[in-house]
Amino acid sequence: MHLGRVIGTVVATMKADGLDGVKFLIVQPLDKHRQDTGAPVVAADAVAMAGPGELVYYVASREAAEALAERFVPVDHAIVGLVDSVTLAEDDR
Amino acid sequence: MKIARVAGTVVSPVSHPFFDGQRLLLCDLLDLDGAPNGYLIAVDVVDAGVGERVLICDEGSSARQIFDISTGPIRSVIVGIVDEIS
Repeated sequence: MHLGRVIGTVVATMKADGLDGVKFLIVQPLDKHRQDTGAPVVAADAVAMAGPGELVYYVASREAAEALAERFVPVDHAIVGLVDSVTLAEDDR
Repeated sequence: MKIARVAGTVVSPVSHPFFDGQRLLLCDLLDLDGAPNGYLIAVDVVDAGVGERVLICDEGSSARQIFDISTGPIRSVIVGIVDEIS
């Protein structure tokens, strides 16, 4: 799992079976210091609470397909949690 | 599995049910020379402390076996604390 920041939403009415009711959010991957790293991805919101600007963590590949209620939904990234805080030991020094 | 060093903790009040009550640790992946090479967030099942070197199982079906579940969005699990690498 990795940190990400929600930077947008995607609406798609015509979708593959199993995707109805799935909310799509655009997530900017972050490094451990919450700096942007890599290209944004579109992730299913398996928490249904993530809003724009929110710090989240997400899973990829098969684990994303297993994050939603219906087993094996055709998604390759899924937000599985909102982040309240990240405390790094190096920040204490 | 991967060798990593626990860099810190992640607090998540709202998450997918699987992660309720799980301890999330942010780990620096290390190469064999001990240099950091990326990071990941893993679920800890061995009470690893921040700063400790750990072994991470980073594959879904093995991870799900650890929790004895057939389905769940879990892939990275800290499965051991490294004493020595030679």
